[in-house]
Amino acid sequence: MIDATGFRQTAVYIDTRGDEWIDTIDRSGDINREIKLSPEEIIQKCLETGIVGLGGATFPSHVKLTVPAGKRCDLLIINGAECEPYLTSDHRLMLEKGEEILTGTTILMKALRVTKAYIGIENNKKDAIGHITKLAEGFPGITVYALKVKYPQGAEKQLIKALTKREVPSGKLPLDVNAVVHNVGTAFAVYEAVQKNKPLFERVVTITGKSVPKPGNYFVRTGTPVRFLIEAAGGIPENTGKILSGGPMMGKAVSNPDIPVVKGTSGIVLIPADESLRNEMMPCIRCAKCVMACPLHLEPYLLMTLSEKGDFERAGRERITDCMECGSCSYTCPADRPLLDYIRLGKSTVIKMARKQMIK
Amino acid sequence: MSNLLKVSLSPHIHGKETTQKLMFGVVIALIPALLTSIFFFGYGALIVTATSVASCILFEYLIVKFIIKKPLTINDGSALVTGLLLAFNLPSNIPVFIIVIGSFVSVAVAKMTFGGLGNNPFNPALVGRVFMLISFPVQMTSWPVPAGLNTGYTDAVTGATPLAIVKEGLKNGESLSQLMTQIPTPAQMFFGQMGGSMGEIAAMALLLGFIWLLYKKIITWHIPVSILATIVAFTGILWLVNPEKYADPLFHVLAGGILLGAIYMATDYVTSPMNPKAMLIYGCGIGMLTVIIRVWGAYPEGVSFAILIMNAFVPLLNTYIKPKRFGEEVKNG
Repeated sequence: MIDATGFRQTAVYIDTRGDEWIDTIDRSGDINREIKLSPEEIIQKCLETGIVGLGGATFPSHVKLTVPAGKRCDLLIINGAECEPYLTSDHRLMLEKGEEILTGTTILMKALRVTKAYIGIENNKKDAIGHITKLAEGFPGITVYALKVKYPQGAEKQLIKALTKREVPSGKLPLDVNAVVHNVGTAFAVYEAVQKNKPLFERVVTITGKSVPKPGNYFVRTGTPVRFLIEAAGGIPENTGKILSGGPMMGKAVSNPDIPVVKGTSGIVLIPADESLRNEMMPCIRCAKCVMACPLHLEPYLLMTLSEKGDFERAGRERITDCMECGSCSYTCPADRPLLDYIRLGKSTVIKMARKQMIK
Repeated sequence: MSNLLKVSLSPHIHGKETTQKLMFGVVIALIPALLTSIFFFGYGALIVTATSVASCILFEYLIVKFIIKKPLTINDGSALVTGLLLAFNLPSNIPVFIIVIGSFVSVAVAKMTFGGLGNNPFNPALVGRVFMLISFPVQMTSWPVPAGLNTGYTDAVTGATPLAIVKEGLKNGESLSQLMTQIPTPAQMFFGQMGGSMGEIAAMALLLGFIWLLYKKIITWHIPVSILATIVAFTGILWLVNPEKYADPLFHVLAGGILLGAIYMATDYVTSPMNPKAMLIYGCGIGMLTVIIRVWGAYPEGVSFAILIMNAFVPLLNTYIKPKRFGEEVKNG
């Protein structure tokens, strides 16, 4: 079957009859704040229950929790900034499962052996900030910070910068500035895994779009076809032009609604037909808005020109590989230039070139 | 859902900004200055503006239609902006045929020969103006005295600009304190009651436009502020050294075209640098060159030349002055 990335994948169809749960999973609604496992056992649990980063990148959490020798971690950051516009799954989760998230945070702190955790929430979610701040009083070491609303505030490196002023060097990981970032969704999943013994097979998915009759957040099992989800939200509107897996800035346009929800599906966004076509490209007026918009302080106009002309060597020197493909440059360009498309092309070529060099 | 789904690369949404909107934003920012100009120089200001705008648009239309033979570009608004800015750099009594020649140089020579919008290395309006200044020095430097709405067009009474009065006076060995009595007070200059190019006279109107441009995020503060700061600092030092020989910073900022240049000409997207650090250097360069030309050069005013000279450095600045990349300096707080 074809998944969200557009590639054909081997898949198993599960024909479910009824809903049976094994006894080892605690299905009660009670909140259990007492952490019995040791750090090693927590990490082992995350591995067994298949916990991955739920912000979208689905990086295995047990790897992130294992601090390699020689590295030091002194801070856990919980990302409540919502990675993309339109998506509200993290926001909803914080409002409804605040205590579980905070317990999950405490578990993660224990696994990382840190005493400090920051929760960063964007300023437009005043209710979540208030709610979590109040709850956090009962959890030692956890501080909630309100963040400026801007895209991409929820990107790992940007979030670390906003909270700690530390800049993760190019090509390095947050651990290089002694921090580890987990999403609020991950914190919740860790709570369920460790305290309730529940593997990760469900997540919150935002389903939204201007013409969706009943937009909202749904608790969805992985493997559910996206079509089911859209039907639950009132069906596919007549004028739908695009279905996105993920948010409007970095999400992927899917070719059919039968793809399954996976662990990294943070949202499904329906874009109306009249907004799903790009405007015609105009000449670059050198306004520098892309340079001002780039969160990594690259020069998108230059990277596009270099990729277009095939000067990949210089593109590499201009740090094209730092690009995280947030889309801010293409979004902001008044001349509708496809900056990111060309940067992607250049970036992949530069990476290929670097690999070849390594082999030599 | 009758149609197939569309598939494309992210981002899937786009901001509302367009080239056209940016250009019309600049036009709106220029309206206060245009109104002030009409208020002080009468219908001559209107004639000059209309001629300049119409001929700039016409030349671009003709060139695209008959020589380049590509889809028309005149509705992107850039020819309109060039026309307005060119008019703002002219005296309000200049004959129509000179304006048409200047527009031709601006649009045909300085802009379209390089490939049109986005490709010209020098500010088109300034190339046109400097061409006119060198070719028609008399007409380009006989400034009408602001006499209100009834000022005539080509028959207007003319006088010197404050900058020219000071330059001439200093050359003849007069002291500044004497000369200052012959020029308008700072308040008069602030509201635009002085001789000069159509659009440069009213600091107040230009600053209003500046606030609009900043508010609409059409330009950033970097270029205008660095130009003005350099001028104030440079002329300030000179003034402190010898106040009888060098005019004070306030005079330098209010007299002449520095505000028009700093806010509207130097910030031209196409011909200015593309990152904040380079913008600051570019601004400093314009400020320094302006003061050098004004104080020691042959011309009383040097903003146009300063901007054009710094335009030439823009590719160099873009290549060698880079923004500080994210994560370049490792900071561990």
